[in-house]
Amino acid sequence: MSTMAVPDIAVAPVDEGFWTRTRKIGLTLLGLGLVGAVLFGALATDQPARFTLSEDAAGAALKINGTVGAIGFGVVAIAAGAAMLAGLPKRWFTLVLGVGLVSFVLSFLCWQVSAAPAGQNFMPLVNMVRGTFVLALPLIFGALAGVLCERSGVVNVAIEGQLLMGAFSGALFGSISGSVWVGLVAAAIGGAFISLLLAVFAIRYLVDQVVMGIVLNLLAVGVTGFLYERLMQTDAQQYNSAPRFSNWEIPLLKDIPVLGPALFRGNIFLYLGLLLVLVIHIALFRTRWGLRTRAVGEHPTAADTLGVRVLGLRYRNVLLAGVVAGIGGASYTLALYSFTKNMIGGKGFIALAALIFGRWSPTGALLAALFFGFADQLGTYLGAINSVIPSQFLAMLPYLATILAVAGLVGRVRAPAADGKPYIKG
Amino acid sequence: MTNPDPQPGSPDKEPATEAQAAQTALGNTERAETATTPKQPGDGGRPSLGRLFLDNLWAANTFTVTLLSLVLAMIVGAVLIIVSDPDVLATYSYITARPSDAINSSWTLVSEAYANLFKGAVFDPEAFSGWLNGSNGWEAVLAPISETLTYTAPLVFTGLSVALAFRGGLFNIGAQGQATIGVILAALAGFLLPLPPGLHLLVAVLAGALGGAIWGFIPGILKAKAGAHEVINTIMLNYIATYFLTWLIVQNGIQDPNRTDAISRPVDASAQLPRLLGDNLRVHAGILLAVLATWAVAWLLNRSTLGFELRAVGANPDAARTAGISVTRTYVLIMVFAGILAGLGGSNMVLGSTASALTPLVVAQIGFDGILVALLGRVKPWGVALAALLFGALQAGGNRMQSYSGISLELVTVLQALIVIFIAAPALVKAIFQLRAARAARLQTSLAKGW
Repeated sequence: MSTMAVPDIAVAPVDEGFWTRTRKIGLTLLGLGLVGAVLFGALATDQPARFTLSEDAAGAALKINGTVGAIGFGVVAIAAGAAMLAGLPKRWFTLVLGVGLVSFVLSFLCWQVSAAPAGQNFMPLVNMVRGTFVLALPLIFGALAGVLCERSGVVNVAIEGQLLMGAFSGALFGSISGSVWVGLVAAAIGGAFISLLLAVFAIRYLVDQVVMGIVLNLLAVGVTGFLYERLMQTDAQQYNSAPRFSNWEIPLLKDIPVLGPALFRGNIFLYLGLLLVLVIHIALFRTRWGLRTRAVGEHPTAADTLGVRVLGLRYRNVLLAGVVAGIGGASYTLALYSFTKNMIGGKGFIALAALIFGRWSPTGALLAALFFGFADQLGTYLGAINSVIPSQFLAMLPYLATILAVAGLVGRVRAPAADGKPYIKG
Repeated sequence: MTNPDPQPGSPDKEPATEAQAAQTALGNTERAETATTPKQPGDGGRPSLGRLFLDNLWAANTFTVTLLSLVLAMIVGAVLIIVSDPDVLATYSYITARPSDAINSSWTLVSEAYANLFKGAVFDPEAFSGWLNGSNGWEAVLAPISETLTYTAPLVFTGLSVALAFRGGLFNIGAQGQATIGVILAALAGFLLPLPPGLHLLVAVLAGALGGAIWGFIPGILKAKAGAHEVINTIMLNYIATYFLTWLIVQNGIQDPNRTDAISRPVDASAQLPRLLGDNLRVHAGILLAVLATWAVAWLLNRSTLGFELRAVGANPDAARTAGISVTRTYVLIMVFAGILAGLGGSNMVLGSTASALTPLVVAQIGFDGILVALLGRVKPWGVALAALLFGALQAGGNRMQSYSGISLELVTVLQALIVIFIAAPALVKAIFQLRAARAARLQTSLAKGW
């Protein structure tokens, strides 16, 4: 991660000797499995843990005895860890790691669901999946905004501000015009406005990009908070009652069990977010624009030599990022809630975490955002069943995961080489 | 701008006068300043002091740029005030017919708001005349200053925390988190430990410093040992600290037994910082500690071995290592010291007079404001103290502006952010006001180096 070449700093754990990275992760997984099998197994009750395929206790369900499930899945995680320790072929690594981690989570869930108060020993999967996506949605948009900026070499710490400004202007202009589409366009422009400031100051005036991002976040909080108190609080009817996008059901797909009701009866933002991941992924790795963007982010001088207009491309990408994040902000105010002061509340920084955890790639960011969204949703669920696990600790999970990731404990992450460095021609 | 000298950097052409040299350099400020300070004529005819003063008055030096940034920020703030007032805005619909209406109503609105800002922060003439004719006591005269100093104290600490790290080449965005852990430990020591007065206060303050130190040590050691970027880690640790605080407050033994909402037991009176001007004014000993801390940081940076190593590492880690300085050790120490300062700022929030119990918002924004304060203070200790004073004044004045003129306190956040934006881009301020280039002024705020 470090951009300064400092040899007396351990650059990254280099795989040497017996304790390769795979083995270390295997050992960690083994430990987690033991926790699952012993601790969760002991705490789980004999109640059956039911994972219903609907929104409530009714209907078909996957059923397993709590203690058996907790111990069983724990053992699976142990096995996965042991396999890694024993020296696994590289191509199996991701699969085994995935199986191990999912088993650990399932072991945990078996304990929690079986230990829930009587009559609540079920987990409605539709709600879980839908909640995961709803909570992940702003993260997906925010992280995509980060990808666009940082892949072309401009650090975007202002995601929070872009989301907030998008949410605000979406609500304001949507309310004034009474049209969701005007609101959506206004939200995009609002996000792009913060981006424009970031671009001008970072690219033209060479202000430190992290500094600028932090200051822009505060500016967005201040401006939206100020106008909220002056306009929206005094006349909510006129300024803060934006129309909302209704849910669009996709024929056929909506009838798939669990996924159908959760994913294919959503609003425009859900579809747009998933589509954008795909589009940006393809554009970044398969088109001329993508190649140039990545070149400018890794080695702007080389790109310049080959005739790429470095600064122009950076301006364009940063503005585009603002548009994406602005729409992400509108996914709050034009679909779910009316605007409130500082309503993004740190989601922009979780999006930044998702961007880093997803290693600056659109699909990685999507997976990271879904993981963080799941942690968030799980917190809500555990709160509803009076779990002993405080929701605050689950809320910490995204941040902890990111720290572990950048510290090189869980895989290695590396930012684009020119990320955060202004380009001065000549 | 005319450019009389085509080769400004050429050594054989000495600029004739100060002003001409400055003009020459100004031609090159389209891009941010990249060492375009003109060469000084080495010998002969130094201009008189008065002339120098006039030349520098409108030059892009630190003071002028800061002042003009403040002016620009207040102009933007005024625009925001006007566009957010429907009554005043209505007068603009017939501005061509009767411009005086629009101008008068805008002026009344804005001048009243800023007058209240000043009265709440510095001096209220009405309170003064009231004191003279005996309708109110002397406290009312000093109340604005007292409020300003109360808000200043924690900002000095967090500002110093960020500035110290900057000088060592690290960007400490984690002052917020360090202050949060600091506030937690200070409060716990404040209501859990049964200690005699005096000692109790000392222990509580030190507990706050310890909390900050722990939270600063984590990103420091991760940076030193694993090369993990401190910006990412400190951002993440901020949120972890906040969630920890919200969890801790509602635990048994911590939460106020008489309350159902998220508030802890109050800190014992023996652990609270004494008030300086009687019980009616909120200013407390925290401001003295802040001055002491400023002096200590200035000494540390400029007079101590550690400070020298820190600045060397900040300027060029490779060169520092070649000179035999341990970069890893310095990084860890920088973050620990930054954490201590932020933690002290946090303990100010709960041991001082702004609050006496933990709530989810007990640290307010002091960590993030500290970043702005550090930048505004040009990352120099006494500069940071002055910047904190300005921000404290804005905060105190903002309270009065909110209650008297009905202008939301959020305007203060906007003003603060705008000031720093303009400060950070001196080239922009220079272009707007057509300033001369400064004599050897260092206005560049180049700090962290990307991820």
